[in-house]
Amino acid sequence: MTDSKYFTTTKKGEIFELKAELNSDKKEKKKEAVKKVIASMTVGKDVSALFPDVVNCMQTDNLELKKLVYLYLMNYAKSQPDMAIMAVNTFVKDCEDPNPLIRALAVRTMGCIRVDKITEYLCEPLRKCLKDEDPYVRKTAAVCVAKLHDINAQLVEDQGFLDTLKDLISDSNPMVVANAVAALSEIAESHPSSNLLDLNPQSINKLLTALNECTEWGQIFILDCLANYTPKDDREAQSICERVTPRLSHANSAVVLSAVKVLMKFMEMLSKDLDYYGTLLKKLAPPLVTLLSAEPELQYVALRNINLIVQKRPEILKHEMKVFFVKYNDPIYVKLEKLDIMIRLASQANIAQVLAELKEYATEVDVDFVRKAVRAIGRCAIKVEQSAERCVSTLLDLIQTKVNYVVQEAIVVIKDIFRKYPNKYESVIATLCENLDSLDEPEARAAMIWIVGEYAERIDNADELLESFLEGFHDESTQVQLQLLTAIVKLFLKKPTETQELVQQVLSLATQDSDNPDLRDRGYIYWRLLSTDPVAAKEVVLAEKPLISEETDLIEPTLLDELICYIGTLASVYHKPPSAFVEGGRGVVHKSLPPRTASSESTESPETAPAGAPPGEQPDVIPAQGDLLGDLLNLDLGPPVSGPPLATTSVQMGAVDLLGGGLDSLVCPGPLWIGGPNFVAPPAAAVPASLGAPIGSGLSDLFDLTSGVGTLSGSYVAPKAVWLPAMKAKGLEISGTFTRQVGSISMDLQLTNKALQVMTDFAIQFNRNSFGLAPAAPLQVHAPLSPNQTVEISLPLNTVGSVMKMEPLNNLQVAVKNNIDVFYFSTLYPLHILFVEDGKMDRQMFLATWKDIPNENEAQFQIRDCPLNAEAVSSKLQSSNIFTIAKRNVEGQDMLYQSLKLTNGIWVLAELRIQPGNPSFTVRLSLKCRAPEVSQHVYQAYETILKN
Amino acid sequence: MSASAVFILDVKGKPLISRNYKGDVAMSEIEHFMPLLVQREEEGALAPLLSHGKVHFLWIKHSNLYLVATTLKNANASLVYSFLYKTVEVFCEYFKELEEESIRDNFVIVYELLDELMDFGFPQTTDSKILQEYITQQGNKLETGKSRVPPTVTNAVSWRSEGIKYKKNEVFIDVIESVNLLVNANGSVLLSEIVGTIKLKVFLSGMPELRLGLNDRVLFELTGLSGSKNKSVELEDVKFHQCVRLSRFDNDRTISFIPPDGDFELMSYRLSTQVKPLIWIESVIEKFSHSRVEIMVKAKGQFKKQSVANGVEISVPVPSDADSPRFKTSVGSAKYVPEKNVVIWSIKSFPGGKEYLMRAHFGLPSVEKEEEEGRPPIGVKFEIPYFTVSGIQVRYMKIIEKSGYQALPWVRYITQSGDYQLRTS
Repeated sequence: MTDSKYFTTTKKGEIFELKAELNSDKKEKKKEAVKKVIASMTVGKDVSALFPDVVNCMQTDNLELKKLVYLYLMNYAKSQPDMAIMAVNTFVKDCEDPNPLIRALAVRTMGCIRVDKITEYLCEPLRKCLKDEDPYVRKTAAVCVAKLHDINAQLVEDQGFLDTLKDLISDSNPMVVANAVAALSEIAESHPSSNLLDLNPQSINKLLTALNECTEWGQIFILDCLANYTPKDDREAQSICERVTPRLSHANSAVVLSAVKVLMKFMEMLSKDLDYYGTLLKKLAPPLVTLLSAEPELQYVALRNINLIVQKRPEILKHEMKVFFVKYNDPIYVKLEKLDIMIRLASQANIAQVLAELKEYATEVDVDFVRKAVRAIGRCAIKVEQSAERCVSTLLDLIQTKVNYVVQEAIVVIKDIFRKYPNKYESVIATLCENLDSLDEPEARAAMIWIVGEYAERIDNADELLESFLEGFHDESTQVQLQLLTAIVKLFLKKPTETQELVQQVLSLATQDSDNPDLRDRGYIYWRLLSTDPVAAKEVVLAEKPLISEETDLIEPTLLDELICYIGTLASVYHKPPSAFVEGGRGVVHKSLPPRTASSESTESPETAPAGAPPGEQPDVIPAQGDLLGDLLNLDLGPPVSGPPLATTSVQMGAVDLLGGGLDSLVCPGPLWIGGPNFVAPPAAAVPASLGAPIGSGLSDLFDLTSGVGTLSGSYVAPKAVWLPAMKAKGLEISGTFTRQVGSISMDLQLTNKALQVMTDFAIQFNRNSFGLAPAAPLQVHAPLSPNQTVEISLPLNTVGSVMKMEPLNNLQVAVKNNIDVFYFSTLYPLHILFVEDGKMDRQMFLATWKDIPNENEAQFQIRDCPLNAEAVSSKLQSSNIFTIAKRNVEGQDMLYQSLKLTNGIWVLAELRIQPGNPSFTVRLSLKCRAPEVSQHVYQAYETILKN
Repeated sequence: MSASAVFILDVKGKPLISRNYKGDVAMSEIEHFMPLLVQREEEGALAPLLSHGKVHFLWIKHSNLYLVATTLKNANASLVYSFLYKTVEVFCEYFKELEEESIRDNFVIVYELLDELMDFGFPQTTDSKILQEYITQQGNKLETGKSRVPPTVTNAVSWRSEGIKYKKNEVFIDVIESVNLLVNANGSVLLSEIVGTIKLKVFLSGMPELRLGLNDRVLFELTGLSGSKNKSVELEDVKFHQCVRLSRFDNDRTISFIPPDGDFELMSYRLSTQVKPLIWIESVIEKFSHSRVEIMVKAKGQFKKQSVANGVEISVPVPSDADSPRFKTSVGSAKYVPEKNVVIWSIKSFPGGKEYLMRAHFGLPSVEKEEEEGRPPIGVKFEIPYFTVSGIQVRYMKIIEKSGYQALPWVRYITQSGDYQLRTS
């Protein structure tokens, strides 16, 4: 007997007939009727009209029938909310049934009936079921809390269900624990701020114990929950890792990936010097490789994640290249992902093998795969310098096959190879030119045009070639048009005599006949450059290009770190943060890896964050496309070559009325005060011209903006000093000082009116400065300031303003406005207002960091006349957030090892040497910091604090 | 966190049955699935994860059915795929085959199972043996008060019920090693690995405590057995059935467990130690356009002379437009399988050290096909009994039950082909 017969009743008047059967007295007939109803529902017929009749069958002692009626209810209750109430009584009754299967069934179904009116009735039964003696009922009730929360969050909170749920984490039954964890995680996801899970070492320990006992799915819930926890130090991280690693041997791939997520995240906190760190790395490789024998969909998820892992910690899989070789019967999505990982793992050691494989792939028949394989050869050439020559010859072989899409891909990658290795492989240009006519894809055409333009002097008929493209100019895609424009201008600059007509033609096509603003703008820029200063034009257009790097497709480090926290989830498959594809505010909390010690620390390891590498070592990473446009735009940002000041720039960008009016004449020659004119009344010396120079890229990490979190402390406050004398500000005298208290910085100002008129309408603004100091609130002077009156104001500051390196580093330029005029002054702030409260470095980390920072970054200072002993020094400094990590006595000298952290995350490490017997009371200070520029100012802060 | 709803669709994308677990995705969204799938396939961008608007579809295909999970959230994708495969496994064990017909024939049970397998997107009980204890196939006739949840469902030992009884207590252990091989057209081995599984067939009463001893190198080193005459094997990655105590294994490499009843896979392991390819193939495929293809294949058994490979099947690709096959084999028989575009050369028994030859000749049409064809590799299937390539051995299987019965373990070894491919030029 099969159930398929229930699908076959398709007579007319079916509903009517069913109604009769449902109301039959015979149990068997009723059941048959319900089955028919469900069958109709399954094939998508609307049987909601039978609602009352089906609900009438609910009170039955037949479990199968009950299940079917419940199923019906779940489907149609929402469309018949009023009638759904009819079912409530039975639900409540079933929740007290002696059979746990029925109790659980009732509580499970009730939660799925998303009708507000019903939820109220659900509370009491749910409360009982949460405390049921049978674990099967409790585990079902735990999930029901999450369901109810989804329908009515307030109700769940009011009824105290969340607390009951939290208690279930300590339940004796592992499955109850697992479901409670799952439910809480689900709820917490929609309420990111609520500290629902309240993870602490005790609760973590409970979870880790349950991990050994619950089902595979429960293990995943627990592991995913653990991944949200941040251990307090590296020792805790290690001990959790030790208890999670056995999960890597689980047969379920999802358990393995969730365990990998926890390990990858917590590993961040472990020092690389630890033996355990190396052990863990070794343990990760085999399970990752084994994931490749899973079902293709799971392989795909694994590969997408391995792609992230390889970028984050390349050392894990560096010897496992072979397992990523593509098999003939792999699905295409697996093939493409494997290819991507192969390139990431390519190195000098394995390049020969990789190239042989890629060449094999490039002759397959699947177009997408072949294209990607050809592209991969190019990427190898750029990545592994030693292989470039072999790659180029492989590409030439492929071009000889004349397979259209292979040729086009090859040309696109050869362009990049030319960029990477200038003047090395140009001999192949002739071969490329032979294939000019077969190119029909914009990217390939653009690449070819670029090549012709770039090497115009070596290609005899370059003008003819480019001219041939020009005929169909308006039919080309923007990419090709832009490239053609640039190429012809290059050609003109190289061979001006023969190509004047051509360049005229392209310029007029681009500027007059085009609707595309990018194209027009680029056209005009060239036109003006060529007409005003051809020499400058040459310098610009034929400028040396920055090298391209192999890693243009690397995921940006902060995103990568976020994605590592999402291993195994959709985010890790899409390589996008959840906020990019999850609707609304739910579940879009940004996750980040736990800090090892500080952000400055983690950015130093080259594999994690290329952006943080020292200047000079880091090749400029620029996108392969639109590169010339980039070159052009850079012009505006660099220092002006000559000529008039860039007055227009500063006016356009200065959208500040405060600094605007009537001061246009005071424009500075460099982009120093972008957003307004230079200050008029500098109390300090004039600003050195060098200030206008662009900020070195190496300093960018210096200006990484993170504000410190505060604990209670009060730093040393200097007495107020006069910053703006009255005679320079039409009677307004400003004196002030800086304070740091409880983690917040403020500027304490004293404004005195020494003029004869009332002052009103005060406002304040800071110029960009080294640490992004900016007023956190407007300057509030509540009443007008009468003559001879003084007012004290504390202006809160933050460090999220714009950043520009100042000279000296702690220089702050301020503009104050009142009803009379705008006044400018500059002041130097003591650096210790930027020392944050969590500046105490872990001891081991201190040692590692001290060793890690090169010796040339060490600065030595002496603080004379400081009669304090080590204790006094330490406590004095501590109140200004300089923390003593260790103390040692060496040959009668007290050595203090200290750390402090600036608001932008820069750590400064100090060694303080105090000689108690020293008659001149000299204290020696050694400072080590990755940004040595700050040392001088840190020393000054030390001196100020210690002497006051 | 996980799936919002699960659908089973027929090959045209029509829903056969579905279960809405969370109610946050409209059930009608599934209508977008098939058009999306077709579109992606045409674009050559087909992936197991598709999205339409804010709805994400995670799907797998089983015979002619699609199993699709929908979600709006950043769900745990590996969990969802793993769950879908588990669902297939459960249905297969219930209905033997999972296909359109079996779903229609059993839709009541399918609904019941879907209800028990997952709750609000969280997978629950997915062990079919345990499920069969309380969701039975013969239209549930259990009366109230009689049908109970087996305590096993929520026990820490959620895979074995209490009170199992056998007259004769026995355990059958199958050690099966599959050899994966990838050889490039020049004849150099690109990848060679062994994937082993240990399968158990358990007929034991009560709640027995089992301990399996292997010649695991790490264990030998831990216990000081290394250096003795015993040969040991280094297992690169080991995966266990959920019954095995993983932390115990992590601690002292002891494989201890309370087994489920009946058949199950206890563990799998992987070794990437290079072994000589057990059956080595040399081939010459010469294609004379517009006229003929000539194929010569030489197969060599590179294993011990005492061993014999059974059921050897060597499949050699031929162009899809080939015709009029002619074969000559030194042993076994060759057969042309046009629907797969291969010649299959079967050899019933292939002793170690022997070398055999097959020649095939095909005609080609004078008008050539336009589209290019791929170059599928030569595939080999075989089975060598009483032998493991890795040298792994079951040293002991200790069975302890509180009633103190004596139980006998039986061990069988077999090596077979896994993904065994040799590329052709």
